[in-house]
Amino acid sequence: MGRAPARPIRTVMKRILLLLILLAASALPAHAQDAFVSALSGLGGNFNAQAEATARLGSLGDARALPALRALSEGRLLRTADGTLLIREGSGLVDAATGAPVAAPDPEPQRISINNRVRAALRGALGQLQILSTDPAERLAAAEAVFRTRSADNIPLLETALGRETVPRIKDQLALALAASRLVSPDRAAKLAGIAALGEGSSAEARSLLLEARAANADLTEQIDGAIASIDRRLAVRRVAETAFQGLSLGSVLLLAALGLAVTFGVMGVINMAHGEFVMLGAYTTVIVQDLLRDVPALQPWSLPLAVPAAFLVTAAAGALMERGLIRHLYGRPLETLLMTFGVGMMIQQAVRLIFGAQNREVISPPWMQGTLLLPFDIPVTANRLWILCFSLVVFGLIVAAIRFTRFGLEMRAVTQRRPIAAAMGIRTGRVDALTFAFGSGIAGIAGVALSQIDNVSPNLGTGYIIDSFLVVVFGGVGSLAGTLIAAFGLGVINKMLEPWAGAVLAKVFVLVAVMIFIQRRPRGLFPQKGRAAEA
Amino acid sequence: MTKTGTITRRAALAGLTTALAAPAFRPSFAQAAPIKIGVLHSLSGTMAISETALRDTVLMMVEYQNSKGGLLGRRLEAVVVDPASNWPLFAEKARELLQVHKVDVTYGCWTSVSRKSVLPVFEELNGMLFYPVQYEGEEESRNIFYTGAAPNQQAIPAVEYLMGPDGGEAKRIVLLGTDYVYPRTTNRILRGFLNSKGITDADIMEEYTPFGHSDWQGIVSRVKTFANQGKKTAIVSTINGDANVPFYRELGNQGIKAEDIPCVAFSVGEEELAGIDTRPLVGHLAAWNYFMSVQSPANTEFKNLWQAYIKNPRRVTNDPMEATYTGFNMWAQAVTKAGTTAVDAVRTAVIGEKFAAPAGYTEEMLPNHHLSKPVMIGEIQADGQFNIVWKTPEVVPAENWSRFIPENANRRRG
Repeated sequence: MGRAPARPIRTVMKRILLLLILLAASALPAHAQDAFVSALSGLGGNFNAQAEATARLGSLGDARALPALRALSEGRLLRTADGTLLIREGSGLVDAATGAPVAAPDPEPQRISINNRVRAALRGALGQLQILSTDPAERLAAAEAVFRTRSADNIPLLETALGRETVPRIKDQLALALAASRLVSPDRAAKLAGIAALGEGSSAEARSLLLEARAANADLTEQIDGAIASIDRRLAVRRVAETAFQGLSLGSVLLLAALGLAVTFGVMGVINMAHGEFVMLGAYTTVIVQDLLRDVPALQPWSLPLAVPAAFLVTAAAGALMERGLIRHLYGRPLETLLMTFGVGMMIQQAVRLIFGAQNREVISPPWMQGTLLLPFDIPVTANRLWILCFSLVVFGLIVAAIRFTRFGLEMRAVTQRRPIAAAMGIRTGRVDALTFAFGSGIAGIAGVALSQIDNVSPNLGTGYIIDSFLVVVFGGVGSLAGTLIAAFGLGVINKMLEPWAGAVLAKVFVLVAVMIFIQRRPRGLFPQKGRAAEA
Repeated sequence: MTKTGTITRRAALAGLTTALAAPAFRPSFAQAAPIKIGVLHSLSGTMAISETALRDTVLMMVEYQNSKGGLLGRRLEAVVVDPASNWPLFAEKARELLQVHKVDVTYGCWTSVSRKSVLPVFEELNGMLFYPVQYEGEEESRNIFYTGAAPNQQAIPAVEYLMGPDGGEAKRIVLLGTDYVYPRTTNRILRGFLNSKGITDADIMEEYTPFGHSDWQGIVSRVKTFANQGKKTAIVSTINGDANVPFYRELGNQGIKAEDIPCVAFSVGEEELAGIDTRPLVGHLAAWNYFMSVQSPANTEFKNLWQAYIKNPRRVTNDPMEATYTGFNMWAQAVTKAGTTAVDAVRTAVIGEKFAAPAGYTEEMLPNHHLSKPVMIGEIQADGQFNIVWKTPEVVPAENWSRFIPENANRRRG
């Protein structure tokens, strides 16, 4: 909140700076004006000319180039039939060279397209021009860009910027950029300084730069190798942390997919082959909720949290319907239940395909679920995975609490452990069965909401998870929620540890073989149920 | 088996409806038996996402041809079956089309494994199959016409582009693919090509994932490590089907920008991009022989025809649809020329047939049953379309037997 009052001051400062730049620009000698205009016209040429013109505009250091370069990178730069460059600002057009508004010409101006080469040049030029900007976000992006383009010409500019910088994160990035630029300078002392500075960080990109420099500087091999070795030590630690996170993340996906099954199969003993389809229904509910909220911009960032209860209700209703309509007639006949639920699953899948089509449906990720976050020690984690990991633990906690502390949980345990006694105590066992199955199905629906963020929302969504879910529940020990938790995270971490050297396909095969051997030795899984209930 | 039964009945019903409805609209046709067009595309299972659009393309062409008066004065009639993404079922359904329905020509298959499954059936019963998808080559059959790209019309020019100045002069290549015959063969050809260009095996990373793989975090971070070895790196993706969506999402989330590590894909088109937010992917590439954004009169006609048929002005077109469309038109021209739909006569007539394809070039059916096609590289745009950044000035004739596979040395000379 402290930022709000600072804004007007910053805007004023920005305006003053811009004014100063414009004054300075108009005071420039005529040939500098020409250099700007002639470089600018290159932006309308072919990709080659565009890349060259962009680089020249960047090194001219003329702030008037900023709007045109930004417009080019955002696809807002247009070219008229006679070659004049225009910028689209909102609904109007301005001249790229003068900044004066112009009327829409006829024929309609063409949008200028760019390729990756121009895009890289643009990033560098925008970096050079924005490194002294008043906006910290722009400065950070500029420092990153200059780090990537690295050129000895930028050294004085970077030194100035570094001297002025106050934000620690930008300072670090500027220091990296300066070191990278020194590395390519012809001066040996500067190079040594660059190598030392890069060696102090833990950036994989810095390591890459050093490797590149190693080939060009035979006389500095020793120093470069030393710097690389020190980066490698820090990277090795970080890699272990990264693998652990990836394993936990895979585990959280397995856990979410398996939790519903841990209730319906683990607690009730119903082999529900349509479980995957309930997950899929949950994902489609997310799509529908997002579609409904499309016209309510205020609620849009909340569409995902809102989809959670909606998905729970929809799939719980579907589960209750299936239990009352079909499954209850088949209690005690696992084979028939398996076949019947398998058939229902295929019917749900085909129905969804007929209603929504075979194409993937687009799910919007809210901004807080996009991009990468940096945990302490610079461990990068993707935001969506981190949220799903937290979400899976919350769901797990709620399920455990519901079973342990609520009246419904108590009745559920009573019915599953000794049905006749529970009935004799006055519990309506049929109702409890229906509620338990609905509860498990609802959890599958919640899992669908989370999975819609990392997998395709298509009619096949569920088929990919059904085998893994059974695997987790059986491996963890049927009936044990804690076993499900540990099995999911264990399998996830082991899978990710094997992946780097075995490949994704073989890693999965190894895990399956290991689980098979384990189940043969201990058929009741990691945490077998003890007591009379287990023998029932 | 229940599933297959239901689908066939549904498909049969659809066929029946067409058969009943069509004469009512066009009473002008003579009593001659209709020409039967078989459609052998998966309408359920993992490949349904890609193949349903191809079924619709064939149905659209049948309707369009009928509106122009049919062929040889006879009405066209589509027979749709559903092989349900089940490879052995493809062979059974192909046999059903040829023996029970006695179709004159079949349009079908997407994955190479399904094509390999039906090939013996078409050869045994002397049928005719038009296969509309880019593939790994290394095949030639008198009964199959390949209207998609061979490796020299897609994979090799794309990698050359990555190694050129506009593509970023890549010196290290990551080959990522789905684990089946097309990616493995294509990557074998690419490895041979890269080696011939001086890129050693140490600078090539090759990884495969199962169909429908959704957890890409490990692979993408390994790609990042591989890329940080002091040489410009690029990704060549032969990832197929819906695994692409989580893959691209992970690329975006881990901040891999096209300026740093460009990724060129061979199986990602407009349809696949329809399910993703493409803003973080701007600049990543795809190589095809057609993009919806091509500016040509033939393409305008094709797009209008499609969007009118599907009754959705926002539905996209893609390369395999264009290949189906081109293949259908070439077959229709050949039937007109031969004056019959008999397989042997049409087979001879179709060779050398030319068609102004929506890609904006005149394509020709070559004696090796493949087409000459232009090659295009497109960059993904924020709106899910491709911006064509490079294309061949002329059409490129297909080489179905790659020169980068050593075993083919004798074959090419022969």
